[in-house]
Amino acid sequence: MSVKIYIPRDSAALSVGAYDVAEEIKAQGGNDVEIIATGSRGMLWLEPLVEVETDAGRVAYGPVQPEDVKSLFDAGFLNGGDHKLSHGLTEVIPYFAKQDRLTFARVGVIDRLSLADYEVHGGLKGLKKALSMPPESIVEEVLESGLRGRGGAGFPTGIKWKTAHAQTSEQKYICANADEGDSGTFADRMLMEGDPFSLIEGMIIGGRAIGAETGYVYIRSEYPHAIRVMRRAVKAMEDAGWLGQNIGGSDTHFDLHIRVGAGAYICGEESSMLESIEGKRGQVKVKPPIPAISGLFNKPTIVNNVLTLATVPFILSEGAKTYADYGQGRSRGTQPFQLAGDVAQGGLIEMAFGVTIDEIVNEFGGGTRSGRPVKAVQIGGPLGGYLTPGQFETSLGYESLAEAGGMIGHGGIVVYNDTTSMMKMARYAMEFCELESCGKCTPCRIGSVRGKETLDKIAAGEDVAANLDVLEDLCDLMEEASLCAMGGLTPMPVRTAMKAFPEEFTGPLEKAAE
Amino acid sequence: MVTLLNTVEDKFAREACRAHGDQADELLEILHDVQHEKGHLSDSALRTIAQALNISRAEIHGVVSFYHDYKREPGAKLTLHICRAEACKAVGADTLITEAETLLDVKLDEGGAEVALAAAYCLGNCALGPAIMVNDKLYGRVDRAKINAITAKHMAQIS
Repeated sequence: MSVKIYIPRDSAALSVGAYDVAEEIKAQGGNDVEIIATGSRGMLWLEPLVEVETDAGRVAYGPVQPEDVKSLFDAGFLNGGDHKLSHGLTEVIPYFAKQDRLTFARVGVIDRLSLADYEVHGGLKGLKKALSMPPESIVEEVLESGLRGRGGAGFPTGIKWKTAHAQTSEQKYICANADEGDSGTFADRMLMEGDPFSLIEGMIIGGRAIGAETGYVYIRSEYPHAIRVMRRAVKAMEDAGWLGQNIGGSDTHFDLHIRVGAGAYICGEESSMLESIEGKRGQVKVKPPIPAISGLFNKPTIVNNVLTLATVPFILSEGAKTYADYGQGRSRGTQPFQLAGDVAQGGLIEMAFGVTIDEIVNEFGGGTRSGRPVKAVQIGGPLGGYLTPGQFETSLGYESLAEAGGMIGHGGIVVYNDTTSMMKMARYAMEFCELESCGKCTPCRIGSVRGKETLDKIAAGEDVAANLDVLEDLCDLMEEASLCAMGGLTPMPVRTAMKAFPEEFTGPLEKAAE
Repeated sequence: MVTLLNTVEDKFAREACRAHGDQADELLEILHDVQHEKGHLSDSALRTIAQALNISRAEIHGVVSFYHDYKREPGAKLTLHICRAEACKAVGADTLITEAETLLDVKLDEGGAEVALAAAYCLGNCALGPAIMVNDKLYGRVDRAKINAITAKHMAQIS
């Protein structure tokens, strides 16, 4: 009998050679090995991570390069043999074992495109249960779980669903926001590449709950691999009768379409995304009306993040209470954190809310990859705030981070070492806003340009005190008068950088660097 | 130049529209298909799409000019999309971009005949940065030497 070898076909793993490693193992192992393509376990510094199935469980080897394969065979890795790249049983590696894997329970474990494997590992259980429940009860269950939008805004999912459910329209829509543009975040991508069926399952459940029979997954074009996997997953679900008419013999019908973005960060904003799905410029719309009342093609529409939707099957199958038992305060459940930047052990860490920044960055992350001291972390993407090591005891939750002057966003944490110029990062925040502003409102479109210019003047030592006042004033204006979070939150990285490192905003960069 | 209303100018673009049911809401997908095949969006392709979807050329221009992906002019034979967003910056993306500019003798976002270097704003490989993407293939932990090797490999595939 051949030995099962699990190798991720996740684009991060592929980016460091997972495909070539799989080919090499196939070439040398022949009929002795059966290679199974999974998602990534999320221990990205160990990629490509090769796992071998043994009687005791899966044994992990990584990071494996094609030239290591021969020595792995020589060491008897097919029987879990010892090797310098061995990490023992995957599930007891502390980085992995300490996590609360609910949303990501199957990612890295199952053959990502095998429905049979998906079902064996608890897939479709939530959907089957939902199909036997009246829509109101599904909404109620999601409400009770305390699940909030994982895209960044943190709005209670159940309330959104309840609003859409209450609309009487014949036609409603459910859209998954997979326009994961925030730098430092990659959980949506990993989920779609590693457990695509869970997203689809969550969308069908959502469709039944609110009365929508059509769904869209809007994926950014920078994720070609995720797009391919999602398309194959939709096809597999259609072929198995889990998409289409009378799903699972019920009265629920649901069709799902994949839409691809075209390189516009703003399309992660829900109203802009809906415009884009309609084939238009991705310009932000004034709210109200909220999409749950009038969204895609002016019909009631639910827009939820990939992680939010992919968590729904767990809530249905295990019960709202089980999910709500994780977390702290009003931040219930778990958040897949993504640790990146200058960090020794970057990757995906799903933990209950309440874990501290220190635990994520220093315990999981093991400090910086460069060995230099940590200067700051940016949490929540390009619009998130900078926090310094002095604030690392802050727990990660919607409220606790807001109190510390930051936001959790989509759960991305980027680590910067002491060589980082915060002045340059602040300028980049304004520059990014200038590049990606949809142009509809003035505070964002013009404010970002003026912000960049003002920071340049400060950096050049020109009227520093006066220009700092101008910048503060401009940040106030952008925060209060922008139409959406793009212009409204761009001041957050700028202001938190200025507050934590005022000495860098006093004149020429050379001087600040001394 | 006078264009006859019912003249189908660009066969490929016409077919792309048909494949999407001539639905205006599928405009982005149609533009992707045409650009993927032709490398850019020509005037004749856009005229054809406007006619097929029954929308104005101004509307199409609005869409094409809004999204960073769409190109109105033919580009270089090979484009390296190099990430300059925060997580890659934290591991030296800015330095790598400068090195790549020297190595390839091009400027970021300024085109090039053979090889071009284009800024990307997050490729979703943040824990394995700096990242670049070439022809839909993602690379992680990229350094100067890797840029050389990757460019050579992809150029060899073209010629």
